[in-house]
Amino acid sequence: MVARVHVPASVKRGAVFEVRINIQHPMETGFRYDNSGRPIPKNVINSLVARYNGVEIFRAELGSGIAANPYVQFYAIAEASGEIEFSWVDDAGQRGSERASVAVAG
Amino acid sequence: MTEGSLARGFFRLARGVILTGCKSRLCVLALPLLIAWPAAAAEPQPPVPLKSGIEFVSADIRAMQADDFANPGMLWVTRGEMLWREPAGRDGKSCAGCHGDAKTSMQGVAARYPLIDAGGARLIDVEGRIEQCRERRQQAAPFKRESPELLALSAYVAQQSRGMPVNVVIDWQNRHNFEAGRALYYRRMGQMNVSCAQCHQENWGRKLGPETLSQGHGVAYPAYRLEWQSMGSLHRRFRSCLSGVRAEMPPQGAAEFLDLELYMAWRANGLPIETPGVRR
Repeated sequence: MVARVHVPASVKRGAVFEVRINIQHPMETGFRYDNSGRPIPKNVINSLVARYNGVEIFRAELGSGIAANPYVQFYAIAEASGEIEFSWVDDAGQRGSERASVAVAG
Repeated sequence: MTEGSLARGFFRLARGVILTGCKSRLCVLALPLLIAWPAAAAEPQPPVPLKSGIEFVSADIRAMQADDFANPGMLWVTRGEMLWREPAGRDGKSCAGCHGDAKTSMQGVAARYPLIDAGGARLIDVEGRIEQCRERRQQAAPFKRESPELLALSAYVAQQSRGMPVNVVIDWQNRHNFEAGRALYYRRMGQMNVSCAQCHQENWGRKLGPETLSQGHGVAYPAYRLEWQSMGSLHRRFRSCLSGVRAEMPPQGAAEFLDLELYMAWRANGLPIETPGVRR
């Protein structure tokens, strides 16, 4: 699983900045059938958590209505330089994580 | 009248036409025109003006392709970059081990494909070249066509030519592939009995149901298609069209597809490469 996290290279203290993540995942809905007619089991990323220097700042529960390769975007307030770390788990129990560092100036 | 005199009579008539006809200047003008006309009819030209498929999609898809972060195809490119450096095979060679930094060594390469493989004297595309390298140089098991790994690597390689114009040269080596590709492009196929050209050459810009027909260039591939919810190769796209017209679908990498890819690359000569593109 490949994921890409994007944060601005540097932000001013107290400023609002954009955090974006894109995860490669089929987000199998559970409503599809394979070529031999067997149902394809549901497998979606069911929880996505973002931590900013260890403090949880964002949590999302994704379902089968989300398209493949989910893209999530939200805003955070720049408090201190550090890392934003994402972690997620899918229905098959596979875990993934990706991080990006943010430099806070001023 | 005997046959001989009939022929003589015809010859006299013909000579009369030539002699009298050529007194006017019209004959001099008409002769080259008569020679040129059937040649022009047999040699179809690329559409004018050339328009990439991105000009036929909605604004939100255009924005998605233009933004390197929102473009989901970049996930495959990122994976391809990892695979480029990953050692594989018996001797643990990586792509980077021979080719170095793809940003310089692979720049403009995809714009020249498909081309004639120097060793095999057959047409080869980017995917085929990667597979060949993997088998012969890395001594590793080839990825399969349309496997996530091959899509990732071919997308990464093609992305190094992004913005560069397609530059395929037709010469004596690939001429017969080109002719075969062109014949395929103009051949009516499937239960629907339509050719590629009937949609993408003669009716581009018009509607087919809710969709606007594009000129059908392959410059964005491997591309992320929203319909597929995934990256896919140009040959997968060919198969989509063939399935649409209910025609027989050769497998990815088939010789017919390579010929068609060559003809289409010639037809798109000058259009910038967009890989990883985003399409409906």
